[in-house]
Amino acid sequence: MARGLGAGLVGMVMALFAVSLLVGPAGLPPLQALTALVRGDALAETLVMREIRLPRAMLAVLVGAALGLAGAAMQGYLRNPLAEPGLIGVSGSAALGAVLALQTGLAAVHILALPFAALAGAVLAVLLILALAGPRGGSITLILAGIAVSALAGALTSLVLNLSPNPFAASEIVFWMMGSLADRSMTHVILAAPFIVAGALVLLALGRSFDALTLGEDAAASMGVSLVRVRVMLVLGVASMVGAATAVAGAIGFVGLVVPHILRPLVGARPSALLPASALGGAVLVLMADIAVRVILPTRDLKLGVLTALVGAPLFLHLIYKTRAQGL
Amino acid sequence: MTALHLQNFSVFRGPCDVLRNINLQVGAGECVGLLGPNGAGKTTLLRGALGLMASKGQSSIAALPLAARAQHVAWLPQAREIAWPVKVETLVALGRLPHLGVGQKPGPLDQAAIDSAIARMRLQGLRGRIATQLSGGEQARVLIARALAQATPVLMVDEPAAGLDPAYQIALMQTLTAEARAGRTVIASMHDLGLAARFCTRLVVLSQGEVVADGPPAQVLTPDVLARVFHIRAYVDHGIHGPIIQPLDVME
Repeated sequence: MARGLGAGLVGMVMALFAVSLLVGPAGLPPLQALTALVRGDALAETLVMREIRLPRAMLAVLVGAALGLAGAAMQGYLRNPLAEPGLIGVSGSAALGAVLALQTGLAAVHILALPFAALAGAVLAVLLILALAGPRGGSITLILAGIAVSALAGALTSLVLNLSPNPFAASEIVFWMMGSLADRSMTHVILAAPFIVAGALVLLALGRSFDALTLGEDAAASMGVSLVRVRVMLVLGVASMVGAATAVAGAIGFVGLVVPHILRPLVGARPSALLPASALGGAVLVLMADIAVRVILPTRDLKLGVLTALVGAPLFLHLIYKTRAQGL
Repeated sequence: MTALHLQNFSVFRGPCDVLRNINLQVGAGECVGLLGPNGAGKTTLLRGALGLMASKGQSSIAALPLAARAQHVAWLPQAREIAWPVKVETLVALGRLPHLGVGQKPGPLDQAAIDSAIARMRLQGLRGRIATQLSGGEQARVLIARALAQATPVLMVDEPAAGLDPAYQIALMQTLTAEARAGRTVIASMHDLGLAARFCTRLVVLSQGEVVADGPPAQVLTPDVLARVFHIRAYVDHGIHGPIIQPLDVME
């Protein structure tokens, strides 16, 4: 990654993190908010800062980095700019786990019941995908297995909604699935962070393999890349990051697709350089979107996933248009 | 030293065998042309020998551990794939990946190998261009340069001359023979009998999964082999330029 780009992205993450801490319905003056956060002597303000805004901003960074990095890794592995983290079915399965927790009332029993159910869904998806895709073979079997698992998880989620006994449960499920970072606590951060950091380490280690895969699977294999190992590590890394992100934030679309796409020209299209850049870029995008939902409609709880899709889809269309204009 | 040794080597695809009991030994300094009609098993022989396909019998290259294999042999597949719009230079530099340790950056030695590969494929003018925006023939040269940059004792290439104009076909074959003369080993599958006869030191002819002829070009490209294996009649001459072969017509 070019040094300038890296520094720019880190600067943006830090600036947006600060803005995220200063935006909220409590309407604290910036200086007072920051003193309350650091000193911790003013009771109400400190509570707002430490228990509401800080975890929210931290989750935005974690979830954004997870989606951006997982998206870049999927695109690098599949050599396809349209690949996204949801492709292997982990986010769909994590959502199914969460939906089941909401449906059965488990989610109301304990704050961590829903995220744990979502993680269980992600783990099940990983086992199913690895079993379906088999020990040998290229990326095609992995995509097919992912599509099958996604479709199954989607169908089961619909079934749960379909059989939902009352409209309140159904609407709760629908709202959760739209994705949000509102009303999360430090507990959520502590739950998601280890999975996201571990997944990031696994995926960042695959950078060179993705570079070699630029020449195709055969050439990469002849250059010392173990395709079997790369595939297992990719599935585990993506599942760990995206499973944890979905567990704490719900389904947030388009980040994993758009961020690598925007940053690719800025890193000379090298897949290994795109990985860290996309992690930072994802954090920037989710921080911006999460600030926007609080600023645009402060009273209406606009969902983060709705906004990322609303912004992401036209942005993506614009990118397609630009690509077409270059005659590619 | 043996560059490649195949012993009782067979490759199966489902119930049918694509290669049957191949025994082949290739040494340093040889430039081997692998000939045969479509479907004879040329690509399968190369991929199988590299350990990229499940096989039976022994292959000295497939027996090597993954990392050692990548330092022993460079492989240029037939499918010319460049997935991302990277610079020519970046693409050629990928050839150095097998020589770099974890987290190690390319050093002056690597840069020298990259520069030399770029020079040998006459790509100096295209260094900074985006590889995916080049013509098919130019992309082929970039990919060959990547394999050269790997600087391995053995170079295995699958139809390297396909898609190149006559001048670059000849230049490529000259590059490959120069590699062989420098003590390395080149094994190239080819379809152009004329190029193969003129530039290779040895020809191996495959037909229906078996080696049917093996030896110097003049001994291998006989009217009989051309008729039996390729079903063609050709004009063959032996002059000051070595063997010259021009296919004339298809035999019924």
